[in-house]
Order: sequence, then structure tokens, then C-alpha cells
Amino acid sequence: MPVEIDIAKVAQLARLALSEDELREYGAQLQDILEHAERVSALPTEGVSPTSHPLPMTNAFRPDEVRPSLNRDEVLAQAPAAEGKYFRVPRILGES
Amino acid sequence: MTDWEAVIGIETHVELQTRSKMFCGCEVNFGAEPNTMICPVCLALPGALPVPNEEAIEGILRIGAAFDCDLVEDSFFHRKNYFYPDLPKNYQISQYDVPICVDGHLDVDVDGEEDRIGITRVHMEEDTGKSVHGSETGRIHGADHSLLDFNRAGVPLVEIVSEPDIRSAEQARAYAAELQRVVRSLGVSDVRLEEGSVRFDANISVRPVGQEELGTRAEVKNMNSLRSLQRAVAYEIQRQIALIESGGTVVLETRHWDEGAGSTSGMRSKEESEDYRYFQEPDLVPLHVDDAWRERVFASLPELPAIRRRRFVAAGVDRQTASVLVEAGDLADLFDQAGELGADVKAVANWLTGDVVAYLRRNETTLADTHLAPAHLRELGEMVSAGDLSSTAAKDVLGRVLDGEGTPGAVAAAHDLIQISDEGALESEVSQVLADNPDVLDRLREGDMKPIGFLVGQVMKATRGKADPKLVSDLIRQMAQEG
Amino acid sequence: MSDLADLTIAEAGKQLRNGAITSLDLTNATLARAAITESHLHAYLTLNQDAARNDARAADKALAAGDDHGPLQGIPIALKDNMSTRGTETTAGSKILAGYVPPYDATVVERLRARQAVVLGKTNLDEYAMGSSTENSAYGPSRNPWDIDRVPGGSSGGSAAAVAVGSALGALGSDTGGSIRQPASLTGIVGVKPTYGLVSRYGLIAFASSLDQIGPFARTVDDAATLLEAIAGFDIRDATSYRGDAPDISGLLDVGVVGMRVGVVKELSGEGFDPQVADACSSMYDLLADAGAVVSEVSLPSTEYALSAYYLIAPAEASANLARFDGVRYGLRVDGDTTEEMMANTRAEGFGPEVTRRILLGTYALSAGYYEAFYGQAQKVRTLVRNDFAAAYELVDVLVSPTSPTTAFPIGERTADPLSMYYADVCTIASNLAGDPSGSIPIGLDDGGLPIGFQVMAPALHEAQLFRLAAEVERLASFNRRPSLATSEVRPA
Ligand SMILES: [Mg+2]
Ligand SMILES: [Zn+2]
Repeated sequence: MPVEIDIAKVAQLARLALSEDELREYGAQLQDILEHAERVSALPTEGVSPTSHPLPMTNAFRPDEVRPSLNRDEVLAQAPAAEGKYFRVPRILGES
Repeated sequence: MTDWEAVIGIETHVELQTRSKMFCGCEVNFGAEPNTMICPVCLALPGALPVPNEEAIEGILRIGAAFDCDLVEDSFFHRKNYFYPDLPKNYQISQYDVPICVDGHLDVDVDGEEDRIGITRVHMEEDTGKSVHGSETGRIHGADHSLLDFNRAGVPLVEIVSEPDIRSAEQARAYAAELQRVVRSLGVSDVRLEEGSVRFDANISVRPVGQEELGTRAEVKNMNSLRSLQRAVAYEIQRQIALIESGGTVVLETRHWDEGAGSTSGMRSKEESEDYRYFQEPDLVPLHVDDAWRERVFASLPELPAIRRRRFVAAGVDRQTASVLVEAGDLADLFDQAGELGADVKAVANWLTGDVVAYLRRNETTLADTHLAPAHLRELGEMVSAGDLSSTAAKDVLGRVLDGEGTPGAVAAAHDLIQISDEGALESEVSQVLADNPDVLDRLREGDMKPIGFLVGQVMKATRGKADPKLVSDLIRQMAQEG
Repeated sequence: MSDLADLTIAEAGKQLRNGAITSLDLTNATLARAAITESHLHAYLTLNQDAARNDARAADKALAAGDDHGPLQGIPIALKDNMSTRGTETTAGSKILAGYVPPYDATVVERLRARQAVVLGKTNLDEYAMGSSTENSAYGPSRNPWDIDRVPGGSSGGSAAAVAVGSALGALGSDTGGSIRQPASLTGIVGVKPTYGLVSRYGLIAFASSLDQIGPFARTVDDAATLLEAIAGFDIRDATSYRGDAPDISGLLDVGVVGMRVGVVKELSGEGFDPQVADACSSMYDLLADAGAVVSEVSLPSTEYALSAYYLIAPAEASANLARFDGVRYGLRVDGDTTEEMMANTRAEGFGPEVTRRILLGTYALSAGYYEAFYGQAQKVRTLVRNDFAAAYELVDVLVSPTSPTTAFPIGERTADPLSMYYADVCTIASNLAGDPSGSIPIGLDDGGLPIGFQVMAPALHEAQLFRLAAEVERLASFNRRPSLATSEVRPA
């Protein structure tokens, strides 16, 4: 079965500002790869439970203990934009 | 015109008060300087990994148990993917199709009307950072930029989702208030709305009474007090009814409650598509809660508010009074202590919720700062039932005990409030009054009992109110017959 | 006289302790080798010459004082640049992290430092470890020391090239679908991907969290075991870290393979496999049988689906793992009127084509309506792959195959065709899906003088069996050739 991909929507979900040409090119490449992957979707897997993890482990916790935090100046020095004690970003949509 | 029914479900987010964050060792400290409680994990630096805080898991299990949920044996963490600047990883670690607690309920009481509200699920997740708009001038509408503080990012967050069982704004408020009482009684969070350590979002729809299928719902956010929750729900219900009756249709959206304007308005949604692409968090392994753990959690629960209320009612206290007692935990504790000493619980309940509450309000003080002790309440009860104190005198005595004048007995004696209930002591007073009023006595003898009240009054006056009125009228009858 | 840069870790350790050499000598020799070879290979993104010499002096001081920190003390080691190093730029081969200087060390880095290893610098890789040739590095490709017109494999190509040429005695890489084993194979050295969870991932910049694993590169099986023993073990900072005691690793190196049941993977041969690679492996199967191993053919029927499942699972996890690179807290920012635009501009500009392709692929595979058909189904195939291995290990102790279907391919040959590039991992991917340990050992050269690698796979936590067979393969192959670049130009003719 041919795979239909709304590549512009996918790029939006992934927060990637791609040009029309790029979208077309990546869309085509995804087609190829996914049609190859079709063999997987075609495989009969009734009653097969998914493996999301190679380790048969549960309850890996840490005790509720406070550890030292990082130095703010050292952290803000890595920020593309900072203002005083804060990270600075352009206007955020969806907030008033 | 149609009668409308509101259908309301509430999503509650509770910040747990653990020492450290959900997935890292940073301190949970709301007062801290911006961006000082951050580390590679909660700042999502490249290569950092989350490790769950055992205490937080313990906390959510206690909350689930308190709502009588099933504590799920095997549950999972998922990644909820959406880009937002206050979410450092640009995905939130949450739980999706298999949360840790399911199928609970909370009984809520509106003016003595108790209803059971279903709790669909209680799941574990992490909080986001905070964004401040503008800078110099603080929060500006349409600020040209925002400032980010990640101290709150990764604080343990418990989401409690109710069934759409709530039918009114009052009930929504009652649900929220009872939920706060329960969580507070567990000591896992201070659930302060003002400080955002608890947040309520309401999913509201309306439908004609009798109609089965649900109307389109709107989710209302940003209520920072129980009062504003009730107002917001009431407003939204009316908005939707008016909209539909004027031929409009409700749209599925998130609406923002504006406390000042007293109205809700539509908000632009965060992730336009709302396609969160959930998948099992590969950096974490499944949660496994075995029977032993489950039993430990249930055994560790304190007496929950609803249970306590029921116990008080069973002891003979009326619902209303029981609720007032439980609401103010210290009154309920004093009530229990007096009860253990064998005090008359009905009388004690009424004094505590009536006179004592009024006294505390009047003097702007707390129970702990008064001198009232369980033994005082027992003694006061005994004096009344023994007829040594009239109910009015009892109130007088209670006030003085609260002031610290001493035990009820001592106070009553000091102020000469002991009631005369010994016939011998009264007979002389009565015969004196009869002698002073021969004409009235004649009417009694002719069978006209009307003036008896007058005579009782005379005796009470003569005894400065200390005589037992019932005993006095009995004596008058007797002596009138004897003539 | 041989060059110190060509010493094995074991031999260098002896000479450091008998006073024949110092760590500073060793480190200088390694840096001298790098000075000659880097212009050809570009194995390193960052070489910390001064810091390395200081590490060396500290190690020499401790050794002189009889303060022995074990076999890595004073040994010059290279780190793949997707491991967080406090104070040293860490880019994961991506433009989006250019100039990013981490405030913390990865657990493996802490462990190497605790053993006083000398950290030389950070090696080149395919951006975010996505690739099989190191051509996807935003900082230019690394080259194969056996033929600088060919790729060293990937994604850990820089680490492999450095160890092969002698600009490091050992190195760490990461392996998500073959990124240690395939470059080890293409550069003629030993590379091992341990059992998932044996080595902490804390500080490893994530590609696919359920598949990533850090492991060693070395010139001998013994050296690889030494490196792995130094970094293995439980770490509270990694919730997927194995909680039991670290299993034995080097205990069976010398016992040989008499009676050992060795399964040859039926599906990893034939079409698509370079005949010279196939022949070299076949003769090794015979040599193993002669050495007393019980060699038989075993089938892993789901192998043909493993590659496709991998190319759904890994990108899906990556699409979320790489969401944090958004221009807000660190790294590149390309501005925009709103934060949403800034993020989208930054990511479009900062990620290279292969990374962009995989983010799109993974986002799609997880999106509403496609999850079950793609990601959900791939996770089930993963179960089938695990079942295959479980069944195989009922019959045999270890499995063997070629590491790569071909020897090193020319730079640029496969960049235009993603699928052909993906095929380079066909032999290695199954071990990642299963979480089992697997390694590559050089067994010879093809007619073109390019190394051929032999893959050994073992059940989870059975590293000792893996190294047992690997050691025997090494003895039987007696492969002792070095790339021309490591010899010819280094010493005056
Ligand atoms: Mg939530
Ligand atoms: Zn933190």
C-alpha cells in the first residue's frame, strides 16, 4: 500500500522550518523508507506483545535526597540569550 | 423553553512536597531565587537522564488509596511530546494508557446532600518551569519577549481526573474543597490554590435535561481560589446555555477565567494539532506495585475526612455540625478527646460548633490559645444533665472557661450560677409567692391554669433565676390543690 | 625501535610500572602521531593537548608514589564527542551544539578520570551518531587510515580511526545499531557493544535511548576487556542501568573454545555480502571448529525485518530525544518573531540532512493514526527478534557472522541513497534490538588491503563468553597488520 504523508504537518510537529523544496525532497525520501518499512507493518503479529525495553526491570528509583544544583551564572553563560537571572526568549504565542 | 443540565469533570494538578524534584536531586523550593534550583536533568542538558523519586511514588499511591483507587500492579511512564519553552525537554514525562491509580471516588457534600464523584485516574507527571512576560515592567500583555525560570521544572505533579459526575458550580466547589481536605490530611502537599500547589481545570458542557449524549465541552483554566472556581463554572454554564438558546454552538476549546472581568474567554491552544505522540519513556523502566506495597500504603492512611464525618454522625451528631467539626481539624480532635472521657457528645458538638466557634471568631483567636480542655466539656455536660446548670447558664460558664477563669464547677460556684433543684429549698419561696397573690391562687383553684406562668416568673425573680422552672411549676400545682 | 603510540594498553601498563616509560612519554608519542595523521584523518573534533599532558603528569606522579589506579592509569584515551565532558566543548557532531561547553561529566568520563586515564580529546562522529560513515558530521568527515579516500565507518568513525592509527591507545564509542562494531570492522580494530544497561548512559547524548550503549575500541581483545571493566557497573543516575553485580568480562580470555557451541547466523550471508568478506568469515568458522568449537548453522528468521523495525524505533525515540535542542537554554539560536518561530528556525538551521530526515521519520511514525502500523508494530517485531535469539541460545553459546557486509566504502558513495547506507548495519542491528552484547574482531584484509571484521554475539550479561570466543578468534586470525598511515609516514624512511 502507498504511504501518504502530510510532510508539512510532520515538519510543524517537529518544529522544523523547512522550505518547499526541502519538504518535497524529505517527503519523497520518507516515502521510500516507509514503503520499505511496510514489510514490517505487513508482518502478522497477533498475540505478540511489544518490547519497548531490552531489560526486564522494574522500580528503578532514587531516594528523596537533595543534591547540589548548578551554578546559575555557569548555566546562563551557555544560553543564547539571558536577562538578569533568567533565560530570555522571544514573545510566546498562546499566552496573554 | 428547555431545562438544562450541566455536566462537569475536574482535572486537578497537585504538586507534591518532596525534598527533591521528581527526576533529579534539585531541591523543591518555591521561594528560591530564579534558576537556582536547576541541574542537567531538569534543565534537559544533553545526555542527562531522569530517575524517579521513590518518595513521590509513595505519595501518589497514598493519594490514590485515599480516593479508594485500584493501585495498578504494572504501570508505565510515557513521553507527552509538545514544544513549549517552559518545558525543557519539549516532552513531559507523564503517564498515558496505564496510570498508577484508577477507578476511585470522592464523596462530596452540598448542604447535607452527599454525592459520589467518580475518579477516573490519578497519574504521576512533572511540572513545567515558569515564564514571566516582559521584563522591566513585569507582566505585560503582548510582551515582546519572555523570561524563563526553571526552578519549578520537574517538581513532582499528581494529576487527578474526575468522571463527568459533577452537576453544579456548588458541587464543583465542594469536590475541590473535599479533595484539598483529603490530600492535606495525607501530608503530601499543602494544596494551596493561591500558590499554585494545587490547580483545578474544569471540563464543562450542558445538555437538555433527560438527554443522554454529552454536549460539546469547554475546558476552563486559571481559577486561583475555590470561590473563583465556583464563579467560573457558574459563568461558563450560563454562557453555554445562552449561546445555545441564541442559536449558537459551543466549540471544543480551552477557556481562560478572568477573575476581574468575572468571565471566561477562548485561548489559543498550545500545540495546534494536539498530537502528543505518546510513547513509553525509554529512559525509565515500568512501575511494579505488589500486594505487600499496596497493603502498606492502605495501612498508612490516616482517618479521612469523610470517614470521620460519618463516625461523628453515627455518634449522634447531625451532618452539618459534623462537617463543621471535621473542617476545623482541631475542633474534631477536641471533640474526640471529650468523647473518650465519656462526655455528652451531642452537647459537646453543639457547644464547639456554636459557642466556641463564635467565641474564637469574636476574640480572633485559635482553640489552642484558649484554656478549654476535654475534661471541661465533660464536666459542663454532667452539670447540665444533673440539673445543676441551666442551658443558658452553661453557655455563660463555657465562655468564662474559655477565658481561663477555671473549671466549669469553680466558675459556676464563683458566679453563683448553680441551679436550685431541691424541693425543700423552693417550697418556702413558692408558698410565699402564693401567699402574696391570693386572687391568683383562687383562679388556679377554679381550674384556670393560665396565670401559672406569672407565678413561676415571680418565684424565678425571687430566686434570681437559679430555680429550676419546671420544678417550680410542679410545686405550684401541688400546693394549689392542697390549699 | 617501535613507537610508543603503537603499544597496546596492556604493554604500556607494564612499561609504565617497570619504569621503562612515563605516561608523559606515552601521551607525547600519541599526540605526535595525531599531529601527523590528523590532517589526513580528521579523527578528532577537539584535542586537549595541554590538559592531556597534565593528566599524564598527574598519573606519573601517582605511579611514582606507588598509588596504583589500575590498568588505565596514564593511558591516553579518546572519547566520542557525544559524551558530556565538563569544561570541554561537546557537539555530538552537530552545528546546533557548536560552542556548547557542558557543566558536567558523563559517568563513563568520571570513571576513566577516577582511574587516572589520560583524556586526549573528543572524536568525530556522524551527527548525533546517526550514520554509518562519519560523513554526517557537521564538521566534515573522518577518513579511514587504511585508505583515506574511504570512510572509517560510523557513527563512531573518529574513535575507530584514532585507535587504528595510533592517535589513541583506546577509545570509547557508542553503538545504537552498529556504531562501534561496524567502524571497528572497517578500520581493523576490536570494538564491543556491551549488554544494554551494563554501562551507564548518563552523559551520553541520546540518539535512541532503548538501543544506545557505550563501549570500547582497542587494538586487542584484552585491551577492550580492560576498558569495558573500567566503565561497566551500576549507576544510580541511569534508571536503565543494570542493578546486579557487573558480570565477569575477562575471566575466560585464555580458556579457548573447546566444546563451545558456536552458531553461524544463516541469514547473514549470501546476497548483498562481499564474497571476500564471506570467505574470510567461513575460513574462521573452520578454524574455530579445528580449535575444538562445535560450529553449526543457526537461523534468526526475523533478521530481514530487524533493519526495518530499527529504522522506525530509533528515529521515533530520536525525534523526542532531540526535541530539547530548541535554541532556548544552550547551543545555536536562529531568531524569529516568536519563540515558536525561533525554535523552528534554529532546528532547521542547526540539524543536518540525516538528522532532519530521521526526526521527520520518527515524528511521523509516532503521530496519530500511524503509531500502530509503524512504531507499535516495530516494537512487536523487536519481540520476535528477541524470541529468535532466545531460541538460538537454546542451541548454541554464542552466535557469529560478518560484522559488515562489505569492507570500507569510498567517501560519498552512499550519501545520496539513505537506504544503501542503512544496509551497512544489517548484521549489527539485531543485537541492539535484543539488548545483547556483541563485538567485532579483525580477521584479515581483502585484496584491496581493507580490513574485514568478524562479529561475535552472546546472550545478555554473558560478556565473558563473548570475550572468550573473541580472544580465540584473535589468536586464530593472528591479525597484526597496521594501516600504512600508522607506519610509513611516522618513522623517517
Ligand atoms: Mg497533566
Ligand atoms: Zn534538577
